[in-house]
Amino acid sequence: MANVTALNTTAASFDAVAPDVSGPRGRRPRKVLSRRNIILYGLLGLAALYYLLPLYVMMVTSMKGMPEVRLGNIFSPPMEITFEPWAKAWASACTGLNCDGLSRGFWNSVRILLPSVVVSIAVASVSGYALANWRFKGADLFFSILVVGAFIPYQVMIYPIVILLRELGIYGTLTGLVIVHTIFGMPILTLLFRNYFTALPEELFKAARIDGAGFWQIYVRIMLPMALPIFVVAMILQVTGIWNDFLFGVVFTRPDSYPMTVQLNNIVNSVQGVKEYNVNMAATLLTGAVPLIVYFVSGRLFVRGIAAGAVKG
Amino acid sequence: MAGLAHKGRPNQLFRNLNSKIALTPMILIALVVFLGGTIWTVVYSFTRSGLLPRLSFVGLDQYERLWSAPRWIISIQNLAIYGILTLIFSLVIGFVLAALMDQKIRFENTFRTIFLYPFALSFIVTGLVWQWILNPEFGVQSIVRSLGWTTFTFDPLYNADIVIYGILIAGLWQGTGLVMCLMLAGLRGIDEDIWKAARVDGIPMWKTYLLIVIPMMRPVFITTLVLIASGIVKVYDLVVAQTSGGPGIASEVPAKYVYDYMFQAQNLGQGFAASTMMLITVAIIIIPWAYLEFGGKKRG
Repeated sequence: MANVTALNTTAASFDAVAPDVSGPRGRRPRKVLSRRNIILYGLLGLAALYYLLPLYVMMVTSMKGMPEVRLGNIFSPPMEITFEPWAKAWASACTGLNCDGLSRGFWNSVRILLPSVVVSIAVASVSGYALANWRFKGADLFFSILVVGAFIPYQVMIYPIVILLRELGIYGTLTGLVIVHTIFGMPILTLLFRNYFTALPEELFKAARIDGAGFWQIYVRIMLPMALPIFVVAMILQVTGIWNDFLFGVVFTRPDSYPMTVQLNNIVNSVQGVKEYNVNMAATLLTGAVPLIVYFVSGRLFVRGIAAGAVKG
Repeated sequence: MAGLAHKGRPNQLFRNLNSKIALTPMILIALVVFLGGTIWTVVYSFTRSGLLPRLSFVGLDQYERLWSAPRWIISIQNLAIYGILTLIFSLVIGFVLAALMDQKIRFENTFRTIFLYPFALSFIVTGLVWQWILNPEFGVQSIVRSLGWTTFTFDPLYNADIVIYGILIAGLWQGTGLVMCLMLAGLRGIDEDIWKAARVDGIPMWKTYLLIVIPMMRPVFITTLVLIASGIVKVYDLVVAQTSGGPGIASEVPAKYVYDYMFQAQNLGQGFAASTMMLITVAIIIIPWAYLEFGGKKRG
């Protein structure tokens, strides 16, 4: 029954290195249809169905015409495929305030995303580098406050930030929202960079110091080139996080600059008019498309990012 | 910059000056926003702030009003149900999936991708999809009925008694993939020899998991627990998207109470008091964990 696993472990490592060795090496042949396999893959398959179902339902619903949606059930594939709901979701769906669809929210989100990602990563990478390589007394205390702060519900800090931004005259502007995303991205990103730079061999840093390189020189010429992978992880984390944000978008922007998530919620949950489920599902898919693309392209790096960024609620 | 201390070190204040400049944003954020903002909100939760924050103290008045508000009580009940069930189910499902994935299966990457992709989505997207799937007129209920079971009822989003379970289904769909990932990482950290020894002793697999592997994975479990729990307290967008707190106020949650009172009902004091309660809840979760994790033992 279960004894295959143990026997395979040592063999598996050989498999990777030398796939074609003659002689009795490599995996022990096992039956494909053993009872264990049927149970194992059966359970995994069932779970996979539950996870894939919503994606499938979104797809098929968004490609049906309204009459077909009313008649059929949500799981049946569309009889005739139409992309009209997509066009409508993108360009002409109404939120009760305006009728230019999700496109407005999409471009707002892009305008929010780009500076937010760049600024938050720039600030956090320098902070992480300073914490890792240029320690001074007290810095770690502030860092601890920051990390503990990551767990504090945002709701506790939102109103003081509203007041701060209002005093600065940037409440309701995209600049204000970029600052907010930078602030709340700080704990996790700084932690990420600090751990990465701490793990780099210290000799590198020392050698550069002996050669007379200063704080910024070492950062730009040694650390930046070496930290590319962690920059990618940080980017994945921030792009998905900021794109998916709803709370900050709704609190810190005005209706004409709402990000895509807020726009989407307003379109789908607007009480006016007939509910067009196909348009709603197309809109939902469009909003989910950006993080999904990031997810599928980044693969394993995404897992690394969320394992590190799981702190962000 | 002149005075050299003993051991020939330069003056403390100007040591690592660049580093201090570079860390200014972090220090400011830590002090002003995280510490200052939190204290500010807590202080103002004891005032009579309505439309605008005012420093006229009324003691625990806001909290008394909060705890006598039906909507708040419902929010807390919902959070308790949602929280406890989310913890149980996501840990169990996440662990079982991870254990299945750890059997050296084929297509591991495919399965991982499938289980984890919901986590990449926004809670808004998740809420809206499940709102559609659970729609009684077109979704699961109508399908089962069309199969011949005409009295079948499953309309969680329209039934005040079970609406929170409808939200739970969506929340689990989004969150269990992450738990699976963390658990899998934990399982991969278990030494192969443990398995071999257990097998030599003839201990059945399920028993090995239950009595040996799970206790060994305690740190992973605790970390995951803290992460899920602090996420649960913040649950907000999911409810906004899926039910808008309805039917009536049946699916209200604390985070939504905070937002509505702060930015819509113009009743800041209530918002501050409610958010302070959220803070206390998180503190109850985090402080023991931080103590176990960082206190007590020396850091190497």
